[in-house]
Amino acid sequence: MSNNKEEIRIGVYICHCGHNIAGAVDVVGVAEYAAKLPNVVISKDYKYMCSDPGQELIAADIKEYNLNRIVVTSCSPLLHEKTFREATTKAGLNQYFMQMVNIRENVSWVNENFDDATEKSKDLVRAAVQRVAFQRALEKQKVPVNPNVLIVGGGIAGISAALTMANAGKKVYLVEKESTIGGHMAIFDKTFPTLDCAACILTPKMSSVKNHPNITLWTYSEVSNVEGFVGNYKVQVTRKPRYVIEDLCVGCMLCVEKCIFKEGKFPDEFNQGLSKRKPVYVPFPQATPLVAVIDDKTCIHFKTGKCTQTCKTACDRNAIDFDQKPEIKEIEVGTVLLTTGFQAFDAKKVPYYGYGKYPNVFTSLEVERMVNASGPTEGHVLTREGKAPKSVGIIHCVGSRDEKTHKWCSRVCCMYSLKLAHLIKEHTGADVYNFYIDMRTPGKGYEEFYDKLLHEDVHFIRGRVSEVTDWITSPEEEGKLIIRAEDTMIGMVRRIPVDMVVLAVGMEPRDDAQEIRKMFNISCSTEGFFLERHPKLAPVNTFTDGVFIAGACQGPRDIPDSVAQAGAAAAEALVLIDSGHVELEPNTAYIVDEICSGCKSCLNICPYKAITFDLEKNKSSINVALCKGCGTCVAACPSSAIKQNLFEDVEIFSEIKGIFVE
Amino acid sequence: MQEEVKNNNIQTAKAWKPKILAIFCNWCTYTASDLAGVSRLKYPATTRVVRIMCSGRLDPQFILTAFSEGADAILIGGCHPGDCHYATGNYKCLRRFHLIQKYMKQMNIEPERLRLEWISASEGKRLAEVIGEMTETITKLGQSKIKQQVANIEK
Amino acid sequence: MKYLYYPGCSLKSSGKSYEESMLAVFKHLGIELQELNDWNCCGATNYMAINEQSAMSVTSRNLALAEEQGGSGEINLVAPCNACYMGLLKTKTYLENEQGLRDSVLQKLDSIGMKYEGRVKVRHPLDILVNDFGLDKLKMAVKKPLKDLNVVSYYGCQVVRPITAFDDASDPVYMDQIAMTLGATAVDWGMKVRCCGGSMTSTVSDVGLRLNYLLLKEAKRKKADIIITACPLCQFNLECFQDKISRKYGESVNIPVVFFPQLIGMALGLDKKELGLQRMFVQPQYL
Repeated sequence: MSNNKEEIRIGVYICHCGHNIAGAVDVVGVAEYAAKLPNVVISKDYKYMCSDPGQELIAADIKEYNLNRIVVTSCSPLLHEKTFREATTKAGLNQYFMQMVNIRENVSWVNENFDDATEKSKDLVRAAVQRVAFQRALEKQKVPVNPNVLIVGGGIAGISAALTMANAGKKVYLVEKESTIGGHMAIFDKTFPTLDCAACILTPKMSSVKNHPNITLWTYSEVSNVEGFVGNYKVQVTRKPRYVIEDLCVGCMLCVEKCIFKEGKFPDEFNQGLSKRKPVYVPFPQATPLVAVIDDKTCIHFKTGKCTQTCKTACDRNAIDFDQKPEIKEIEVGTVLLTTGFQAFDAKKVPYYGYGKYPNVFTSLEVERMVNASGPTEGHVLTREGKAPKSVGIIHCVGSRDEKTHKWCSRVCCMYSLKLAHLIKEHTGADVYNFYIDMRTPGKGYEEFYDKLLHEDVHFIRGRVSEVTDWITSPEEEGKLIIRAEDTMIGMVRRIPVDMVVLAVGMEPRDDAQEIRKMFNISCSTEGFFLERHPKLAPVNTFTDGVFIAGACQGPRDIPDSVAQAGAAAAEALVLIDSGHVELEPNTAYIVDEICSGCKSCLNICPYKAITFDLEKNKSSINVALCKGCGTCVAACPSSAIKQNLFEDVEIFSEIKGIFVE
Repeated sequence: MQEEVKNNNIQTAKAWKPKILAIFCNWCTYTASDLAGVSRLKYPATTRVVRIMCSGRLDPQFILTAFSEGADAILIGGCHPGDCHYATGNYKCLRRFHLIQKYMKQMNIEPERLRLEWISASEGKRLAEVIGEMTETITKLGQSKIKQQVANIEK
Repeated sequence: MKYLYYPGCSLKSSGKSYEESMLAVFKHLGIELQELNDWNCCGATNYMAINEQSAMSVTSRNLALAEEQGGSGEINLVAPCNACYMGLLKTKTYLENEQGLRDSVLQKLDSIGMKYEGRVKVRHPLDILVNDFGLDKLKMAVKKPLKDLNVVSYYGCQVVRPITAFDDASDPVYMDQIAMTLGATAVDWGMKVRCCGGSMTSTVSDVGLRLNYLLLKEAKRKKADIIITACPLCQFNLECFQDKISRKYGESVNIPVVFFPQLIGMALGLDKKELGLQRMFVQPQYL
């Protein structure tokens, strides 16, 4: 409780935020109003409170007017509370004597009526002035940070982050769901705009991950449980059985060769189903780790138990173990990087483009595999009939920029469509048509690449495709697919007959994104990608301290951007690790012994088991190290014996009263 | 003194707009409120937000105090079930909400004056809609008389 | 299963065989239809384009009647004609979402002593058959499977658009599924929801005939034996101008065009006359 003898001297500062606040709220009026409130010694309005002069203004006033409480009326505390707390500290005042009032996100940006917005701002300032009088000096608690890091997802973002962290000398656990790392990038043939081969730049990094002494790589594994908090996470990783002992297998492929299936029979996931694989397989020659995997959904041994197990006998290293069980690994880490990536839009969701109905409608990922020399067609672009197409139509924005599917632009499709147009032209000499809404090529060398394509005889038709159909109007069109689209440049609907259609599918959040979000206690934005702490100033941070995001799990992103983000996320994690400790908000609960009646109501309510019962004293007690400061026990205590720092009853009640009582 | 009261009444009669106390948890609904701001969604200036870390901190007395001080309505915002930043705080909030509803019924307070909504950090739009709806409902319902009634009892 | 039935003008005149066959098939399957008393125009005229508010007031009288006749709770009103179906569904949807329109329409209903509470669900027979009755049950009722019959389904513009209450807006499949259930081969084609010309066949006949020519020609190219449809106007346009079109374009486009319940009825073993098949200009040889 505040010292009764202490005279409360409050300074109130109203921020204009340029026109952001001043355009919708009478900031001068609010400042004048605040000046008349009890205990307010000085009240000022200023153009940008968060600027250096703004902060210095507060510091100078604290000294000059001997202020001991500060109310900053500006934007959301989630954005600038730290800034103003530091300014308060610099002036020699405890940072918890500062209270923020949010009149930007909560008022000026959302309320249109000037008078109402001003009235609301006054109410909020009055509430804060009443609250701040009761605020107490508090200190942050320091907890050590475990230097180990967990990275979830072994695509290019995860690989880059893992190598950065490992090179900085930190112990890295890289967990990947699939049997190999590499992610989507491993599927690609060439990368835009430089057209360098994806495998050539990716696979060396994959083997570096495998060989790095600081990296523990767990593929075919998933995080199954997470406990703890920033600096001190306890994570459970489940290693799915691959029925091949990783340490013994050398990837010689003998088992694959000797499998009782003479030919591949099941759709090969890596080749987008364009080829078949056996139940025992290695996804691709550069898979890392280069270890075979047995798919228990298709393997005869697991389906019927009646297999001669030719694979097992073929392995001279005895690496095959049909009795493998899921293995649980428990690790302790201080920070987590989520690099779980994206999934491609399912083209079947737009039936008017005929994917799944007309055999010669392909997705862009299928064509990526086709143009790849080690792909299912050995680099030949072929129709399902096995012929080289004479004309190919590439439809942009499939599952992007569409009210009915996804509203967002997937950012990469224009560029990869240009790349595929170039490659298809190069491989087949076909007429290639690009149907686009807008050509979006923002990036270094990207527009130049587009320009290059314009000179390569590739056709560009600006307009959204309405349908792909086999309805023909002349005998020459027999056997072709017709792309119908509005050509907005000439203001007409065109029918372009082609042999092959490529759907440039967009990027969407992974189906398991929600599961992962819940496990790591972070949020997703409206469309389902992981939510960053601030879109501009904290793009790799989340609202959960110690958990960072990078790559396409945060939003559609190309390779350069994913790698850059991975670096940023690694740097953020390194900052935490190298400072050795984190400071936690002191919003923990505590029990006033004299009031506690020992009723035990609080014991079961704490989700962290932070409350224990002292039988001798017949009172409850809270372990501060375990308390996370939700305040649930505070509200539950029937005798009001439990209090919460930063959110004391008296503080909240005075805030509520302040809103309504003038 | 009497004249002042009169004036006050005239003023309220003319320009009364509901005042709604909004108690939002830090992680979901307060963040949604920020998102509504960043997205420049528009809603009536009827709410006054008090931030708590978790909806589990909601003390029923917050509600009763607000009503007796003149709140026309109260909106509580927490994370969706299963999404609580503190695992289960929102469930505890829900339990208390049901109790307060019962109490309000006994006290003859219109149930519309208290609303609990699960609004996640990504649902800025939902937040704006809820505030819009609630403002409409409470405007139709009229000013809360609880403050006056409490004052009369205290007299 | 019991439904209120809104026939509309076509099913009592040019599309008589649609009504006959649907009533016969539904009766056979145990789906009870009760005709709406004193129904009036569905509003599928130019009226809708000239004065939407007045047109919807006229349409909404049917909805109000349905509530009067249907009793309490939710009322399923079946409208087989695509134009009636969409006219009623559109009116109902607009009334739900446009307060200004709702107020004005309710006021007009009030002036003739009627009210509409919003309890009516507008349904199409395809929706009823697939979602309420079920294709499994239909399959069990089949007596004469339609072997070796190539069927193309023509949905027309209004059954799934602009409001999609069932099936897919761009690639509807319910009639195809029904055809397959009856043992026929459903031939996929790209013309399912392309325009039949509507009233253009009589007003701007060059345009109207060309549109029908494209449809019939594609059906022929796809080696279809028969076209099935769910709309009286579509059926009329596709069937009645075949000779004219054949002469105009110098190629034969003759092909039977029937209502989907007629096809079902044949597979169920119902009498040709019961299904109004004698009324068809192009007799389906197979049936």
